[in-house]
Amino acid sequence: MSLGIATLWLSVIVLIPLAAVVAKSTDGGLGAFWDAVTNRQAIASLRLTLTMSIGVAAINAAAGTLVAWVLVRDRFRGRGFINALIDLPFALPTIVAGITLLALYGPNGPLGVNVVATRWAILMALLFVTLPFVVRSVQPVLMELDREMEEAAVSLGASSATVFRRIVLPNLVPAILSGAALAFARAVGEFGSIVLIAGNIPFKTEVASVFIFGRIESDAVISAAAVSVVLLLLSLVVLVAIRSLGRLGHGGDAADGR
Amino acid sequence: MIALTDVTKRFGDFVAIDNVSLAVEDGSLTALLGPSGSGKSSLLRVIAGLETPDEGTVEISGRDATRVPPQKRGIGFVFQHYAAFKHMTVRDNVAFGLKVRRRPKAEIAAKVDELLRIVGLDGYQARYPAQLSGGQRQRMALARALAVEPEVLLLDEPFGALDANVRAELRDWLRRLHDEVHVTTVLVTHDQEEAMEVADRIVVLNRGRIEQDGPPRDLYEQPANAFVMGFLGPVARLGDTLVRPHDLRILGEPRDGALEAQVARVVHLGFEVRVELELDGGEPLTAQLTRDEAAELELRGGDIVWVRRPGVGETSAETLAA
Amino acid sequence: MVVDRRARIGLRVLALAYLAALLLVPVAVVFYRTFEHGFGFVWDSITTPAAVHAFWLTLEIALIAVPLNTVLGVITAMALVRSRLRGKVVLQTIIDLPFAISPVVIGLALVLVYGRNGWFGGWFADHGIQIIFAVPGMVLATIFVCLPFVVREVEPVLREIGDEQEQAAATLGASRWQTFSRITLPAIRYGIAYGVVLSMARAIGEFGAVSVVSGKIAGETDTLTLLVENRYQNFDVAGAYAASALLALIALATLLLMLRLRPRKDQA
Repeated sequence: MSLGIATLWLSVIVLIPLAAVVAKSTDGGLGAFWDAVTNRQAIASLRLTLTMSIGVAAINAAAGTLVAWVLVRDRFRGRGFINALIDLPFALPTIVAGITLLALYGPNGPLGVNVVATRWAILMALLFVTLPFVVRSVQPVLMELDREMEEAAVSLGASSATVFRRIVLPNLVPAILSGAALAFARAVGEFGSIVLIAGNIPFKTEVASVFIFGRIESDAVISAAAVSVVLLLLSLVVLVAIRSLGRLGHGGDAADGR
Repeated sequence: MIALTDVTKRFGDFVAIDNVSLAVEDGSLTALLGPSGSGKSSLLRVIAGLETPDEGTVEISGRDATRVPPQKRGIGFVFQHYAAFKHMTVRDNVAFGLKVRRRPKAEIAAKVDELLRIVGLDGYQARYPAQLSGGQRQRMALARALAVEPEVLLLDEPFGALDANVRAELRDWLRRLHDEVHVTTVLVTHDQEEAMEVADRIVVLNRGRIEQDGPPRDLYEQPANAFVMGFLGPVARLGDTLVRPHDLRILGEPRDGALEAQVARVVHLGFEVRVELELDGGEPLTAQLTRDEAAELELRGGDIVWVRRPGVGETSAETLAA
Repeated sequence: MVVDRRARIGLRVLALAYLAALLLVPVAVVFYRTFEHGFGFVWDSITTPAAVHAFWLTLEIALIAVPLNTVLGVITAMALVRSRLRGKVVLQTIIDLPFAISPVVIGLALVLVYGRNGWFGGWFADHGIQIIFAVPGMVLATIFVCLPFVVREVEPVLREIGDEQEQAAATLGASRWQTFSRITLPAIRYGIAYGVVLSMARAIGEFGAVSVVSGKIAGETDTLTLLVENRYQNFDVAGAYAASALLALIALATLLLMLRLRPRKDQA
């Protein structure tokens, strides 16, 4: 019975609205769909979104692993505080995230730099909102890691760098990848933190979500729906990839005996 | 070969190793034996360089190794839970130490195959540790440690995580391997049977100190104190003295110096027979007889017998006043 | 792994520098900028009629969306863990969707369904109920984005405690509701609490979807987040900062609650 309720709930809240988007996108026929998606401005926004999202996923994959390492293996005063702070991008409204970055890196910022209306603004906003994903994905794996593997490697003559490269890192890869995938999925759809600081200049600093928003405001609903479908497909692919990643990295264990 | 001098190691307030000095002979197989918390694993890790002593020095092959990192000590270490590199094949696991030393590929391949043959894992090169049983994983770990031709082989309760019969097999196999390969080996264990069976020399540790150090037979027959005696074999308490149950003689008639006791229970354990007795004052006493000795006496519950203590030259030890 | 001291400190500095540049310093600057003009100014700024209205509206929406989502979230988690069904992966993926979909798309989706020309919009309009450009639409948008939180927090806890206790309760004569309220619920309460905290934070912080759905009728359908944007676009930068600071404080309170609850929920 609970299954029935759950299915109904999910359908009403999630599935039906999304179905409406898909339906609307083909309202003018496949021709209109294709035109909307291949519109030069649309393509520019999609390309910008993709490059930014991939870039951010990659940067935070590295940075996130580094931060996770320091939080798990290092000891210093304020470590608990910093650890708690990692979740700030999860807890902070995206619009505030944008303003926050603006305070330091925008006009009248104390550093004298101004990234408003540049691609740097987009990059930074996305780095901000996706920071926790890799960190939180890697941390538990790092904590569970069998230290004795590292000690064994050391006893066999490996330097610290080699131990990290050949022993630790390979065991972290699934966690890093799924964290990066989540970061990518989030970055692709991000709106609130970007909209104030990116300037939203078509072909230059307009990301897909902003483009769609513009289409909605101009009442070009079919066009908005069409590009939305592209983003939806992307999200779906990434989600499925993450789920299957979760299933890899589980080897069977032979029974103890002989 | 390995010389520890006045080594002390603390973890916070806890003193794991308390001023221990120890010398291990070249080519020998020494067991560090003791209960949990006795400091035996810490001592092994100090030898390995995985822990640094707070006081004292470690010498390996005549060189001061106290501050030398584990990578450079020429040791091989085998862990209780195998520490297998889960993400590498058996071949890559065993080859690891050689790859780190940049040996040529052909040499590595040959050595790996030879070692896997020696440990009985030939044909398992392409498997992953998860596909091996516990015993197989531990043999792989040994092959891995031996691949780099260490001067010293250190084993930290290597068979502790295995089933009893696998343990027995591997114990036997380790001894034969040692007889063949002759690497100086130090083995940590809490199982006295294992130590007695495998080692040339046993060092008994308790609370961070060495209680006794010598060949297995000496430790069993001439224990330095009640702790060593109790740890290495079964004990029965006669008043203030500990004796070995199989050293107690049961007689059908009274004799000078023999104590009167009543048989509570006779337990037949195959070749051995355990006789549970009750002394005059109600204290329990356990004696151990061979099947033949028991048959001769024809003991039954309720019988009155006389128990003679072990004489001069037989094992006993004074307990501390209770 | 024994990393030598210099390397350890180097890594630490690198990690902290990244966090400082991205997180710490910007937040500090916001608070500095906000209170630069004095506490009185800030107070005035967040007590304007528009701000007060926005505050209550935000709260109202959250207090409708979150409890609804919590109840349904627990039911969904129970369904996922306790019932036998193939193709649960599909359900799991649907539950994860709100994480991966752009809020703007969510807003569009709701407009297409509940707007005047939408699938159900006509029916609602005939009955005098306005969804889009009104509070109900914003509630729906909020529920959408908060959907995964409670489910994902409760599900692993449910899985971990297993259903043996529930079976025992049944053999002892407890009804389904009694079993649930006396056995299951106490076991999952910290998971629920943590999920609720996350949902509240998300609900209060939602921007993109409500932006599309609200019509941004100032003074009527502006939530706190929309107010921030509104003020910024109208060059009331200081006012935007003040509202942001308020939201940031709520976020920090959220972090604190998360910190408190996390160890309890992980113990199950």
